[in-house]
Amino acid sequence: MTNLPAPTLSEGASVVCVFCIFLVPLAAGGLALLNAGLGRSRSAAHTMLASVCILSVAAIAYFVCGFAVQGFGGQPAHVLRAGGQRWDWIGAGPFFLRRFELDGSPASLAAALSMLCAGLAALIPLGAAAERWRLRAICASTALLAGFTFPLFAHWVWGGGWLAQLGINYGLGHGFIDVGGSSCVQAVGGLTALSIVWILGPRRGKYSSSNLPNAIPAHNAAFVILGSLLCWVGWLGLNSAGAILFGGAAPGQSVLVAVNTTLAAASAGLAALAITGLRFGRPDASLTCDGWIGGLVASSAGCLFIKPAEAVVIGAIAGILVTYAVEWFEFGLKIDDPGGSISAHAVGGIWGLLAAGVFARFPATTSLGATQSGGDSGQFIAQLVGIATLIGFVLPITYGLNRLLNWFVPFRVSLEGERQGMDLHELGADAYPEFVVHTEEFIQR
Amino acid sequence: MKLTGFLMLVAGWGIVLASMSLLVSMKPRTIFVLAGLGVEVVGLVLVVRSHLVLEDETG
Repeated sequence: MTNLPAPTLSEGASVVCVFCIFLVPLAAGGLALLNAGLGRSRSAAHTMLASVCILSVAAIAYFVCGFAVQGFGGQPAHVLRAGGQRWDWIGAGPFFLRRFELDGSPASLAAALSMLCAGLAALIPLGAAAERWRLRAICASTALLAGFTFPLFAHWVWGGGWLAQLGINYGLGHGFIDVGGSSCVQAVGGLTALSIVWILGPRRGKYSSSNLPNAIPAHNAAFVILGSLLCWVGWLGLNSAGAILFGGAAPGQSVLVAVNTTLAAASAGLAALAITGLRFGRPDASLTCDGWIGGLVASSAGCLFIKPAEAVVIGAIAGILVTYAVEWFEFGLKIDDPGGSISAHAVGGIWGLLAAGVFARFPATTSLGATQSGGDSGQFIAQLVGIATLIGFVLPITYGLNRLLNWFVPFRVSLEGERQGMDLHELGADAYPEFVVHTEEFIQR
Repeated sequence: MKLTGFLMLVAGWGIVLASMSLLVSMKPRTIFVLAGLGVEVVGLVLVVRSHLVLEDETG
């Protein structure tokens, strides 16, 4: 059975979309630099190589079965009937992209964008689990995320699935909206990061015997800042391409998307800068960059349907939330997340979804899952249903599958490996062999 | 405690899904969606607490 009819794109929209898709790898490069910079120098090469492996495994896993699971409007899908309505659960396309023309059609552009998004989502857990997650386990977990978890949720949101049809089937606004991937890319990646950190536990020496966290500073603030700037460019492409493909935006509306994305990031970065400056006496580069990323993440869901002033508010709140969430996870919940990935991507993403429900206004001509009742009422409830699905389905299944995987491919490196650093232990060479001096973090202070 | 927490996460999602299928008018549906989210929050607290206990035990 096929799901919703396939959307159509003008030639101009296709050209703009292709250009935007080509910008997305910059976000992946940015995240890789950010993750490497926020870790210790003795694991920098490992983090960068793991990023390359993640992008490679994600691309192949998505090619093998990801797009078959995700699908797109007009593609085959498995549908259940419950309560007199269609519940579109999972794509039913062929594996290996067989009988699928990569010819610039909307479906092929969606496949290309989603392949890159799968890699982006899979990079997020690396920031949280860095310095103790083995390369083999990273590849196995990435295959799971890019081949199943991400495409399944992306089918529900981007592939005409049941969340996208909440407006048509149940009169909940325009259905769950997330044109740039706050949910299926960022929150899925962030919740996967949380699951993996729970499985791995904190780095040795992170918590003292009195259960207080020891500071393990980022080794390269310049990497972190450069990574954040690259992410900005990548996000401009991600949000614009998503708006055209999944929000029915005209090519000219990319300008609005770009302005909103930039304003959200800017206000989030400034909010984080101000908070850290006020609290610690000096601004904190790592937290400011985490706030900046949180703003980008929060902008994605509703970037096409909000006004620039609203983007400033959404970004500022994201910056505040991320800054406090980083501290709360580290001190209160004993979650060791060196990259701040859970705060920036899961917390920022969920806030972005809520904000889209609050602020989004739809033009009368929108092609987005038109509601039966014709109004925007119920949009906030549709967003809540999506968030409930992330927490109530994605988190347990991600935790369960990764826990299972951990039995076959142990995730955590040995104590000796952690002491040596991942570079020496897994790669046999340091990232900076001529300069680096290892401090001994394992001595209890 | 951890398993109970994860089961409550799934149960909360089940309440949200059931409210979509079984309820027609907006008000009760909204209440049940919020109730489902509430159950998920309780489940999340249980999962987080179970990991805190584990961290304390393993040092």
